[in-house]
Amino acid sequence: MSTKVHLDRAHGLRLLREMLRIRRFEGKCAELYQAQKIRGFLHLYDGQEAVAVGVMQALGPEDAVVGTYREHGQALARGIPMGPLMAEMFGMQEGVCRGRGGSMHIFDHGRRFCGGNAIVGAGLPLALGFALADRMQGRQAVTACFFGEGAADEGEFHESMNLAALWRLPVLFVCENNLYSMGTPLGIAEAETSIWHKAAGYRMGGEAVDGMDPVAVEVAARRAVERIRADGTPHFLECRTYRFRAHSMFDAQLYRTKEEIEAWRAKDPIPRLRDWMERAGHLHAGDMERLEAEVEQEVAEAVAFAEAGTLEPVEELERFVTMDEVPQ
Amino acid sequence: MSTAPARITYREACREAIRAAILADPRVFLMGEDVGRYGGCYAVTKGLLEELGEARIRDTPLSESAFVGAGIGAAIAGLRPIVEVMTCNFSLLALDQILNNAATIPHMSGGQFAVPLVIRMATGAGRQLAAQHSHSLEGWFAHIPGLRILAPATIEDARHMLAAALADPNPVLIFEHIMLYNMEGELDPAVQGVDIASARIRRPGHDVTLVTYGGSLFKTLDAAEALAREGIESEVIDLRVLRPLDTATIMQSVARTRRVVIVDEGWRSGSLSAEVAMRIMEEAFFELDAPIRRVCSREVPIPYAAHLEQAALPQPGSIAEAARGLARPAP
Repeated sequence: MSTKVHLDRAHGLRLLREMLRIRRFEGKCAELYQAQKIRGFLHLYDGQEAVAVGVMQALGPEDAVVGTYREHGQALARGIPMGPLMAEMFGMQEGVCRGRGGSMHIFDHGRRFCGGNAIVGAGLPLALGFALADRMQGRQAVTACFFGEGAADEGEFHESMNLAALWRLPVLFVCENNLYSMGTPLGIAEAETSIWHKAAGYRMGGEAVDGMDPVAVEVAARRAVERIRADGTPHFLECRTYRFRAHSMFDAQLYRTKEEIEAWRAKDPIPRLRDWMERAGHLHAGDMERLEAEVEQEVAEAVAFAEAGTLEPVEELERFVTMDEVPQ
Repeated sequence: MSTAPARITYREACREAIRAAILADPRVFLMGEDVGRYGGCYAVTKGLLEELGEARIRDTPLSESAFVGAGIGAAIAGLRPIVEVMTCNFSLLALDQILNNAATIPHMSGGQFAVPLVIRMATGAGRQLAAQHSHSLEGWFAHIPGLRILAPATIEDARHMLAAALADPNPVLIFEHIMLYNMEGELDPAVQGVDIASARIRRPGHDVTLVTYGGSLFKTLDAAEALAREGIESEVIDLRVLRPLDTATIMQSVARTRRVVIVDEGWRSGSLSAEVAMRIMEEAFFELDAPIRRVCSREVPIPYAAHLEQAALPQPGSIAEAARGLARPAP
């Protein structure tokens, strides 16, 4: 575990809590999917929590985030409240997007969270635009752009990497490499499987980081964000991670072995951080039980909020197809 | 400001529209392929880089998806970008960004984000550029909810539609027909703006309605002149706005003439002409005295050879012939 970030008790507990919130929220989502309260596609972040939680530590409210379709973790770590997020899953108008987006399309204007994007790679150009607008309007913000390693297969990825480097746009590219684009292993999709090496082709700084370690991700993200703010050039982080569960709720996982999954589960970022904190004396007796209870309570309240939600009237179906004004 | 009408080209009108928009609003900038140093593939932006600087006139790499998507992101984040896609033929490389992001995010986000973006592109055939450079794809884009689609056919619209498009909080696509850039005409300095909601009657008449837009407008007006010499008075409607359609203007004209020919440089199958015809069926079926006719491009990739290219496109002769068949039924 890297110690470049001052990992005191308070900070360690914060990271643990944020990862637990995601894990337990999504555990509940899976249950509610089985109960048919949540429908459509549901892609769980289970196993990848350290990436979003680590990166978000490096961002402030002035920064922007562009997420993927596996973005519950990114949304929660960005500070989107659990209740409206769950209500969105339920398709309720109290949801963050009034139930229009669902699991794959989480947006939050106030938190500069622009998707939730279900087209692989399509968020990268948007992130460039956010960064360009921030720079042209004299803001010091950084845009963190999340995408999976499958996005590197897309032409849009390369177009965006080139343009970001060429125009020196303040973008932190965060590749969540979980080794599978749906069921296709990285090795049969990419000639160069070390994704961060591609950054060099665009004269962009990059590195690979242990994506199962929130502290390692945070250290790398803080260093990158500081550099981006200082000189305006983009930076590339490849976070090597793994999703413990299936791609979506319809995936029989015929493409990987139980042994492989178990080997990655042994690197689970939550017990890993917990054990390290115990050894370092940062975790006291009863801490985990208290955290678990608090998170359980938060999830229960989110479910109750969603259960109490109301359906948007069908009369509003066409509302916002075109906008009457630009929201401020 | 002079009050005398100035003679300018359509190209110059487009250029002046961009220049004025950038000077008027610090949030407006132009980006696209070869818009700066080269001056634009069709010389629309010639001289703008020198006058307005690199921050506002941005040459991009040949990365349609990245720079259109960046325009969408920049619009969401507070700017008012004008993105030039050199021709609509290349817009297919950015179709995902236009459809899945620009047209979708306002609704999908529950109204949290607007995309006040303008995308300009050249469209159409007529210069022997062959199949891959001669498409008319505006009808495709007019299929998509969330977009406004404009087809300026006149110098006045070329000069003034852009400002209205930039004021729209929604993504607006402007299709400029390549055969119009050299067109010269008068620009009335008293006109300070145009709407981007209505169709216009470019020639009044009572015998037959000819509905068209963009590059086909002047072919249709030529056909109307030929018909007039035969005693058939055509009413020519310039749609101007392909989405949302101003059906009221069409229906009022149909109620007067009871006969309709639709002229569309797009292919006939699943086309904008089909949409206009069906709207008339739905809203004005009992006003009609004859079946609607269409003059569209032949259903082929547009060929290079001049005689074949011209044979593939709507022409004044074929338009007049279609109208003649309606307005003067065979005895």
